[in-house]
Amino acid sequence: MYPASFRYLRPATLGEAGQLFNSASDARYVAGGQSLIPAMKQRLASPSELIDISRIPALSFIRRDGDLLAIGAGTRHADVAASAEVEGAIPALATLAGLIGDPAVRHRGTLGGSIANNDPAADYPAAVLALDAVVTTNRRNIPADLFFTGMFETALEPGEIVTQVAFRLPRRAAYMKFPNPASRYAMPGVFVAEHAHGIRVAVTGAASCVYRASELESALAERLMPETLDTVTVAAEEFTSDLFASAEYRAHLVKVMAQRAVTSMLSSRHG
Amino acid sequence: MSTISVEVNGERHTAEVEDRTLLVHFLRDHLRLTGTHIGCDTSQCGACVVHLNGKAVKSCTMFAVQADGDSILTIEGLSRDGKLHPVQAAFQEHHGLQCGFCTPGMIMTAVDLLARHAQPDEALIRRELEGNFCRCTGYLNIIKAIQAASRAV
Repeated sequence: MYPASFRYLRPATLGEAGQLFNSASDARYVAGGQSLIPAMKQRLASPSELIDISRIPALSFIRRDGDLLAIGAGTRHADVAASAEVEGAIPALATLAGLIGDPAVRHRGTLGGSIANNDPAADYPAAVLALDAVVTTNRRNIPADLFFTGMFETALEPGEIVTQVAFRLPRRAAYMKFPNPASRYAMPGVFVAEHAHGIRVAVTGAASCVYRASELESALAERLMPETLDTVTVAAEEFTSDLFASAEYRAHLVKVMAQRAVTSMLSSRHG
Repeated sequence: MSTISVEVNGERHTAEVEDRTLLVHFLRDHLRLTGTHIGCDTSQCGACVVHLNGKAVKSCTMFAVQADGDSILTIEGLSRDGKLHPVQAAFQEHHGLQCGFCTPGMIMTAVDLLARHAQPDEALIRRELEGNFCRCTGYLNIIKAIQAASRAV
């Protein structure tokens, strides 16, 4: 499969990347390309210019700063999964990164690319939302609650580049995913995090966009036990139905994954 | 069009490629290294796995221009002095293939996983092979071969 023709550009700095974008006619940024390139091959995307930001050194880092863990947007999934810094600060985040796609995909795919794409079944958006992260771009800071706006839609403006994500260290957290048996996308995935200011539960792979499950959050705030969710009903109305799972089955799986995440949190050594 | 310079199996190549040329097409059609296969062409099957700067990647899911300045290892570059790489030898010894179509990708993935995990157990090998499909063997002999290779490497 060949994508439509485009011009490839490789800026050395963020500033140069922005300039190239502004002078291009219909540009897209590419980092790992693990979603964009398949889309281009199927001609679902046909940018006239492809601006490769994966070589910009300033975008690749993992840094603990007090109760925040800042990860550069260009950091590859495999590097997050294998990072002792991430494992020490937020083990559930390292686990999540190691569950994305397959090893070859994880060697290319990046954190910034995943959240900018905001696939409804991607893993990282659940972590960003549950860990109350702040997304930094080349223009501003965006709180997680305002970042994901719809199916493949985010608060990013044309030409804006995610530069880092600062995750808030939780007291404890866990991510549980029911992977699609073919694609390994979440079907669904539930990230539960206990913070000093409360419980956050983010669900991906169920609806058209990652979201916070308020009914699960308020139940778990009362009593942080898997059994607490036995009597909670997860509404299926807004959920996706496809050949892999009906909306009702997804609703069932959201509850089961949430319960397993809570079980895992309570038993984790990291407390 | 772009001019790229890549090292493939230890040899430097400078070539002019259309920007939309996929790395796998560059390897197969420009360099005639046809050991790297195109299976699904949708990033799922892993028949096209090569190493980019020492790490397994799907060569159908990146453009050749993205590899400008990089080092690539394909299945053709594994053997040394006419002697099979230990992973290749283990696949032969344990009959880790039937039709052979997935084999180059399986072996490149196996070499990558053994570089990260010296003594993988069966569960780990199965997890690491999630991105490589074999439609003949049922994977059993592939797993046996990789375990045997981990002892030989």
